[in-house]
Amino acid sequence: MIRAVMVMNTQGKPRLAKFYDSQPIDKQQELIRSVFGVLCSRAENVSNFVEADSIFGPDSRIVYKHYATLYFVLVFDSSENELAMLDLIQVLVETLDKCFKNVCELDLVFNYSKIHTILDEIFFGGQVLETSSAEVMKAVEEISKLETASNSITLVPKSVSGWRGR
Amino acid sequence: MAGGTSSIMETLFQRTLDDMIKGLRLQLIGESAFVSKALDEIRREVRSTDPSTKSTALQKLSYLASLHFHDMSWAAFHVVEVMSSSRFSYKRIGYHAASLSFNDDTPVLLLITNQLRKDLGSTNEFEVSLALECLSRIATADLARDLTPEIFTLLSTTKLFVRKKAIGVVLRLFAKYPDAVRVCFKRLVENLDSSDPQILSAVVGVFCELASRDPGSYLPLAPEFYRILVDSKNNWVLIKVLKIFAKLAPLEPRLAKRVVEPICDHLRRTGAKSLMFECVRTVVNSFSEYESAVKLAVVKIRELLVDDDPNLKYLGLQALSIVAPKHLWAVLENKEFVIKSLSDGDPNIKTESLRLVMAMVSETNVVEIARVLVNYSLKSDPEFCNEILGSILSTCSRNVYEIIIDFDWYVSLIGEMSRIPHCQKGDEIENQLIDIGMRVQDVRPKLVRVAHDLLIDPALLGNPFLHKILSAAAWVSGEYVEFSRNPFELMQAIFQPRTSLLPLSVMAVYIHSAFKVLIFCLHCYILPRESITSSCPENLVLGVSESVLKREMPEDSGLIRTTCEALPVQGDKGFNRRASNQSSEDFSVENGGDRTINHGQTSTPNFSEKSSFTYESIVNLINLVELAMGPFMGSHDVEVLERARNLLCFIEVIKGEITECLEHKEKKKESEEMKASEIIKLMSDAFSEELGPVSLSAQKRVPIPEGLELKESLDDLGTICADIQVPPSNDSNLFSLGSPYNGEEVGVSASDLESKEESEPSNEATALLTDHRKRHGLYYLPSEKNEIVPNDYPAANDPKLRDNLNNDTEDLVKLTEQSLVTNKKPNHAKPRPVVVKLDERDVVTITAKRPEPNDDLLSGAVREVLLGSDTRTTTSQHNPPDKASSKRKGKERLNVNPSSKLKEDLGDSEKPDHESPNSRRSKHRTHGKERRQKSPSKPAEERESNGQKGKQKSSHRHARHKARERADAPLNAVLQTPVIPDFLL
Repeated sequence: MIRAVMVMNTQGKPRLAKFYDSQPIDKQQELIRSVFGVLCSRAENVSNFVEADSIFGPDSRIVYKHYATLYFVLVFDSSENELAMLDLIQVLVETLDKCFKNVCELDLVFNYSKIHTILDEIFFGGQVLETSSAEVMKAVEEISKLETASNSITLVPKSVSGWRGR
Repeated sequence: MAGGTSSIMETLFQRTLDDMIKGLRLQLIGESAFVSKALDEIRREVRSTDPSTKSTALQKLSYLASLHFHDMSWAAFHVVEVMSSSRFSYKRIGYHAASLSFNDDTPVLLLITNQLRKDLGSTNEFEVSLALECLSRIATADLARDLTPEIFTLLSTTKLFVRKKAIGVVLRLFAKYPDAVRVCFKRLVENLDSSDPQILSAVVGVFCELASRDPGSYLPLAPEFYRILVDSKNNWVLIKVLKIFAKLAPLEPRLAKRVVEPICDHLRRTGAKSLMFECVRTVVNSFSEYESAVKLAVVKIRELLVDDDPNLKYLGLQALSIVAPKHLWAVLENKEFVIKSLSDGDPNIKTESLRLVMAMVSETNVVEIARVLVNYSLKSDPEFCNEILGSILSTCSRNVYEIIIDFDWYVSLIGEMSRIPHCQKGDEIENQLIDIGMRVQDVRPKLVRVAHDLLIDPALLGNPFLHKILSAAAWVSGEYVEFSRNPFELMQAIFQPRTSLLPLSVMAVYIHSAFKVLIFCLHCYILPRESITSSCPENLVLGVSESVLKREMPEDSGLIRTTCEALPVQGDKGFNRRASNQSSEDFSVENGGDRTINHGQTSTPNFSEKSSFTYESIVNLINLVELAMGPFMGSHDVEVLERARNLLCFIEVIKGEITECLEHKEKKKESEEMKASEIIKLMSDAFSEELGPVSLSAQKRVPIPEGLELKESLDDLGTICADIQVPPSNDSNLFSLGSPYNGEEVGVSASDLESKEESEPSNEATALLTDHRKRHGLYYLPSEKNEIVPNDYPAANDPKLRDNLNNDTEDLVKLTEQSLVTNKKPNHAKPRPVVVKLDERDVVTITAKRPEPNDDLLSGAVREVLLGSDTRTTTSQHNPPDKASSKRKGKERLNVNPSSKLKEDLGDSEKPDHESPNSRRSKHRTHGKERRQKSPSKPAEERESNGQKGKQKSSHRHARHKARERADAPLNAVLQTPVIPDFLL
């Protein structure tokens, strides 16, 4: 099971955080901080795994990947394969890249909603439901279409309609 | 109208999420100020009647909660409002907020059941997916129970996008509401036959999670998993299936036989490293008795090890350490690589290879490996250095020092490790020093020597991590002082000036040890004068040959005599500082002499000759102690103060008599001596009492006396103590209230006076002492060190070391090669000493892990569905049996009933599933070879499935009755070992 997905920048600012075993909000912040503390002390070109028992309790591992200014982090337990998790980070990043055309940190900052859409297509309640970025893209596009459609039903600003209704 | 305007204004001028993020990034007013302003806005906006304003506010709030960690539980009701919006984009914001902020205790959860039901039934698959996603995060027992029928329907929907999410949500459903198994399980199993890779991956993932919690219940599904293992081409699915088999295989040996071959096939064929690694891990974890499979796995591990990717290297090492306990040869084959990895730049790889090196340690090579590792730790970074030390300590102490034969060696190794500059393993070393002292009698002389060496090294006093070690060393040298070569020197070491750096708790141990040493010296001094011939009975314990003693005696005593002659005999004024200084100086001379004498000797206490306890030395000893105790008279620590006072009072008692009787040394008067010697004898007897290791459970076995109510009286004490606060004071008048000595006020003031009196001259004395020491070389033990540290272990900062770092690794390779390949006998002359063991303490108690009650319910339900029999008793532990369970049955049907279509589905779903074992068997029949192994349990199973068919045909009530009758007999068997359908055919 996946316990958490995190993206943070090299200063430790979280850009995306999703915990699949519900954690109180203070605890979330603490966890992200301690993960960053571990990651920033690691050199480049070392293995991408970290034993995380001290942070997330027994049977938990971290796999991370460092892209430009961002760390992509997955926290998982022994029901997942380490190398598959590494591939999954790749899938996530590829999908983001397809979605934003050369994704950069700023894209993540300004597309909160869309990133969660992508994330929810890949991870579902701590399980991995989709590993193909093409499939994810398909769903994400459908969802954004649906969203814009539902918004454009009333082209008249709602305030006006509300005013008219009275 | 006013409200209306404000609503319009709000909508027109509301900040969107993007605006807020931009504002945050600009940081014109600081982040926290901006956020709190934004939160104020959100609070206002979210109450708006306009759905757009409301949902935008909620979206902003979700953002702040998710990335800036602000509480949003207050907005729970607004979340529900937005969720129920008919517009998809709002609904999405609502659902996202719900899964972000709701938990089991959120009160508004009760309100969303209908909304969720509506959305689960929606024709828009994305709306369904929103509801499923939310449910997978927040479902409670109630929600799970109420929505089980909807999920059941979705499990067989033709929309794959929805179905895979419905499969995913089942996990949460089962965890929260185990009875859902009875409804949904068969549909879930059907999905295992799906040809769609997405569905298959989802359902296998769910089973992997389920099986990891309770593998036994899913054994009957093994044929399905086997089919997937053989047929599937999807790596992701295969990995999950392998994980399932890794859990199932230990439970059913026949299963292992069947699956090991396909796994090896995958291992040979696959190009994907992830799958390959998973195969390797499965083999070494669960199929370690299949020699050929393990061999293949080890070949693959080697491939991983030589890869350039540090990830693969690390995982390879990890796999190797899984193999190690059962197949050490695999590690030995790769030992060169393992040892080289110790100097890898990657911390993971280093740690893992250290673990492997420790796995290779045996009693034959522990000396060499430990030596090289200790040398290696000297040039590692502090963190890894301590990892090395920690693993050496834990490996050597495993199973009560199982692999240690030469305890003398081990004790000196501990001493050496304590001196490593980065050493932070004080606690562990402290434990082991004392533990070994108590358990292994034969090592005590050496232990005392090591402890002595630690105590006299002033450099160790500055490292706070080592204080624990020093405390243990002080304890050891006090407790086993009879083995000490030179108690005077020991006393010097204990009271060397920098001991003031020690924490008070350690100081208390020091003082007590000093007490023991003093008693011992006095005892040895007085005893022979009372014509007790065997002055040191401990010598007998030691078994030191008399000849050794005799050989050394003349030299030794001669030496001491010369030093004594050099010192003019002093009378009463001997109790002054000068004398002590001078005598201390003499000690150093004596040490020098000792050193030459002791050279080459192993463990002979040569002090025990009475001639070494001269009048002057005893007087000096007493002076030294008295001086050293001075500063502690004003100590703030009760323990230190008490012990120091005890010691001083003791000296006070004996001092007069000793000096007197010493003065008239020639014409000794028996009567005068009696009192002092009696006290000393008494104390000595008390201290020479052997301390044995105590079982951890010893305390528990002491019966609590009747009428003793520990808790209550302690509670009373708490209320009493709460009123009395010890005023923080830094003057010497510490003992006011709260301390156990508060009774006698007079005594307090007296002691105060005394301590003040004494602290003055003693301060002066210490100053003089330090002055003197500066002049005469540090701490009196100048050249001793070379002799103490047995061999030439290099200093930490030796530049030479850096050069041959690589050489060193190679040395290590060679060394271990020798020790590992040639399984030579340990060349220790002496046999392994007796190690005292306590059964209760040393046996690791493994408490059986009780499954969670919920898991129990779940597995009961799963078994019931899978095995078709009424394993009600599994669940009836938690529920009232029979009636209640039948009632629950009814309730469950009630849940299902609302949609009659569902019921039909249920009936239908049962049929194919019961037939499927047959069809599966026919499928397997094609493999001719497999068929031959016919197991006797097959007819039984066939009968069972026949019975179930009958059950379906006849009326429910009757069938159930029959089923229960039939199930009654094997019920117990079912509970312990689940009936496994004969999938091996």
